[in-house]
Amino acid sequence: MLYSFTDLNSSSPKNKITVAFAGNPNSGKSTLFNLFTGLKQSTGNFPGVTVDKKTGTAHLYNEATKKLVELDCIDLPGIYSLQPNTEDEKVSADVLLNNNDIDIVLIVADATNLRRNLFLATQIIDIGKQCVLALNMIDLVEQGGMQININLLAEKLGVPVLPISARNSKGIEKIKKALLTTISAPVTKFISDKNGEMQAENILRYKLIDKLIENVITEKQILPSEKIAKRLDKILTHKFWGYFIFLFVLALIFQSVFILAEYPMVWIENLFLWAGNKFAEILPEGKLSDLFINGIWAGLSGVVVFVPQIAFLFLFIGILEDTGYMARVIFIMDKLMRKFGLNGKSVIPLISGMACAVPAIMSARTIGNKKERLITILVTPLMSCSARLPVFTLLISMIIPATSKVGFFNLQGLTLMALYLLGFGAALIAALFLKLLLKTTDKSFFILELPIYRAPQWKSIAINIIDKVKVFVVDAGKVILAVSVILWALSSFAPGSRFEELEKKYDQTQNDDSAATKLAAEKLEASYAGILGKIIEPTIAPLGFDWKIGIALVTSFAAREVFVGTMATIYSVGDEANTLSIREKMLNEKRANGAALYSVATCLSLMVFYVFAMQCMSTLAVVYRETKSWKWPLIQFVYMSILAYAASFITYTIFN
Amino acid sequence: MQQQTLAELKKGESATIESISDSFVSQKLMEMGVVPGELVVLEKIAPLGDPIAISISGYTLSLRKSEAATVLVSKN
Repeated sequence: MLYSFTDLNSSSPKNKITVAFAGNPNSGKSTLFNLFTGLKQSTGNFPGVTVDKKTGTAHLYNEATKKLVELDCIDLPGIYSLQPNTEDEKVSADVLLNNNDIDIVLIVADATNLRRNLFLATQIIDIGKQCVLALNMIDLVEQGGMQININLLAEKLGVPVLPISARNSKGIEKIKKALLTTISAPVTKFISDKNGEMQAENILRYKLIDKLIENVITEKQILPSEKIAKRLDKILTHKFWGYFIFLFVLALIFQSVFILAEYPMVWIENLFLWAGNKFAEILPEGKLSDLFINGIWAGLSGVVVFVPQIAFLFLFIGILEDTGYMARVIFIMDKLMRKFGLNGKSVIPLISGMACAVPAIMSARTIGNKKERLITILVTPLMSCSARLPVFTLLISMIIPATSKVGFFNLQGLTLMALYLLGFGAALIAALFLKLLLKTTDKSFFILELPIYRAPQWKSIAINIIDKVKVFVVDAGKVILAVSVILWALSSFAPGSRFEELEKKYDQTQNDDSAATKLAAEKLEASYAGILGKIIEPTIAPLGFDWKIGIALVTSFAAREVFVGTMATIYSVGDEANTLSIREKMLNEKRANGAALYSVATCLSLMVFYVFAMQCMSTLAVVYRETKSWKWPLIQFVYMSILAYAASFITYTIFN
Repeated sequence: MQQQTLAELKKGESATIESISDSFVSQKLMEMGVVPGELVVLEKIAPLGDPIAISISGYTLSLRKSEAATVLVSKN
C-alpha cells in the first residue's frame, strides 16, 4: 500500500465493520454499493423519517488476520454538501455527523467532476471519521486524456485515495482492502472553525480545494462523453423533437407494459387458479378450507398478478433515469408542469402512478419544492393505475364488442385510452385548483444536474425493480389480503340463523344446480355483506348502482382490484359447476323492472367512478407517511370521492 | 465589464460569477459549484423559455430563471 498509516495496524481486531457510502448524486455511489452487496441488501426506513435506508452486507477475507470480516454497508442518499436541503439529504448529513456506529466512510467521488465532488469530500474529512476516497469513473477521465496524480491527492487529503470504475468493476478489490486496513482517522482539517458565515466558508472551501487540486489534476478537457451529451441534448431538448420523442417514448412504454405484461399475468392467473382447484381437491370441505381458498389464496392472486406490470414499468423508468434521459425530460417539462402547480420532477411520479401510486408517491421525494411535492402527491392517485385496469377491461368488454372499430382503431382500446386520459386530465385540473388553494411560504429550488448519457446498468435497475415490487407486494399486499379475508367473512356469515333458515327452505325442494345457485344468491343477500350493500344502496342508486355493486364499492375502498374478485364472489358463490364467465353472469343480471342492470349508462358510470375515486388504503397510508399528517390523506380522500360521485352522477344521467 | 444576473445571459454567452444574493439558494448553488469567481456559460434554454442550463466547473447544471436571477455575474 502507498499510505504509511494504513499499514500501521493492519491486524485490526474487528471482524465487523460498518461502512457508510457517501457521495454526490450521479457519482456512482449506488453502483458501487450494489457491487459490494449484490442482492444481499434490504430497504428500510431511517428512524422517524420516510427516507429509504439501504443496507447490505459483504464478507471480506482479511489476509493479515486470516479472518472473515463482515462489512455492514449503508447506502446514504446522494448529497452535495453536509448542509442539507431535502429530507433525504438531512438523513445523510445526520448519519455522517451523529451516528457513532459508522466505523468508516467510503466517499465516492466522480473523478470527471473532481472539484465539485471534493466540496463534499473535504466536508466529510473535516468530521474526523475514518475515510476512504474512491475516485469513480476514472476510465472516462483517462479517455478524455486527463491525468490525476492519485498519490499526491492522497497525501494532500490525508486519506487513502483509490481510482475505480464501478461500472466496469475495476479497482473494487483495492477498495475492500483499504476498508480493512484503514484504521486511523485523517488528521488534516480543511476548515476547523465552523462558526463563520456559511457563504464565506463555502468560498474559503473552494479556495482550499483549488490549492488541493493544483498539480494533482491536469486541466479539465471536454470528455468524449460530454461531446456526445451536447449533441444528444440538441435533439432531446429541441422545441419540437424533444416533446415528440418524449411522447413517442411514453407511447412505447405503455404499449410494452400492457402487451408484454399480458403474458406473465395470464400465466400467474392460471397458476393460481390451477393451484386453487388443487387445494379444493385436497383440503377437506369446511369453513377453514373455504377461507384459505376463496379468501387468502384469491387475495394473494389479486396481488401477485400485478407484479409483471409494475416490474415492466419500473424497468422502463429505470432505463430512462439511468441513461440520463429523465433529467432532460424534467428540463423540458418543468415550465409546462409549473403552470399546473407541479414540478418538472413530477413527471416521474405521474408516470409511475400508472403502475402503482404507492411507489409513485414515494418517488416524489426528490422534488425540492414543498408545495409542488405536495400537489404531486395529492394528484398522483388520479393517474389510472394497473389495479384499475382489470375493472376497466371487464366493464368495457360488457358494453363494447371486441370487433367494434373506429377507423383503424379498436373501440375497446380507444375507450380504455379515453379513461386514462380522463384520469390524467383530472390530475392536471386538480393540480391547478390545489395550486390556487394551497399557500406556502417555504423557500424552494429546482436546481438539477444534467448528467452525461450512459448505458443503463442492468444490475442496478434489476435491484430497483425488486425493491419496488417488494414495496407493492408488502404494502399493498397486506391490505388486499386483509380485505379479501374480511370480504370472505362478510359474505360467509349472516346475523342470527338466516343461513340455516334459507338452507332449510331449499332442503325441501329438489336438489339440482339451479336451486344451489339460488340458495347461494339468497345467502349472499342475507349475509353481512348483503346487509352492508343494502344500507348504501339508496346513496348510490342515483349513479345507477344496486346493492351488489355496493358491496364491490365497499370492498374496493380498500383496493380497487378487489372489484373483479368481489363480482366473481357475488355472482358465483357456491356455484362450483359454473361455466358462465363473470361477464356473462353480470350481463344476465336484471333490475326489478326487467331492464338489464349493466346497461351502457351503468357501466360508463361505474368506470368513471373508478377513474376518480380514492379506493386504495395503501395509497392513503403512504400519503400519511410521506406528509406526516392525516390531514392530507383525508383531504385527498374527500376531494376524490366528491369528484367520483359527481362525475358518475353526471355520466349516468346523460347516458340513461 | 458589465454587471447583470445569470438569468439575463443569452444563449452561448459566458460570464464570471460575482455574488449570489439569496442566502437559501446560494447554499445549494455553491455546493454545486456556482461560486464567485467561477466562469459560467449559458448552454441551453428550455424550449418554453425556462429553466436554463449552464456549464460550470466542468459539468451541466439546470436551474430555474427565478433562481438564476439571484446570481450576479459580470460579462467578460
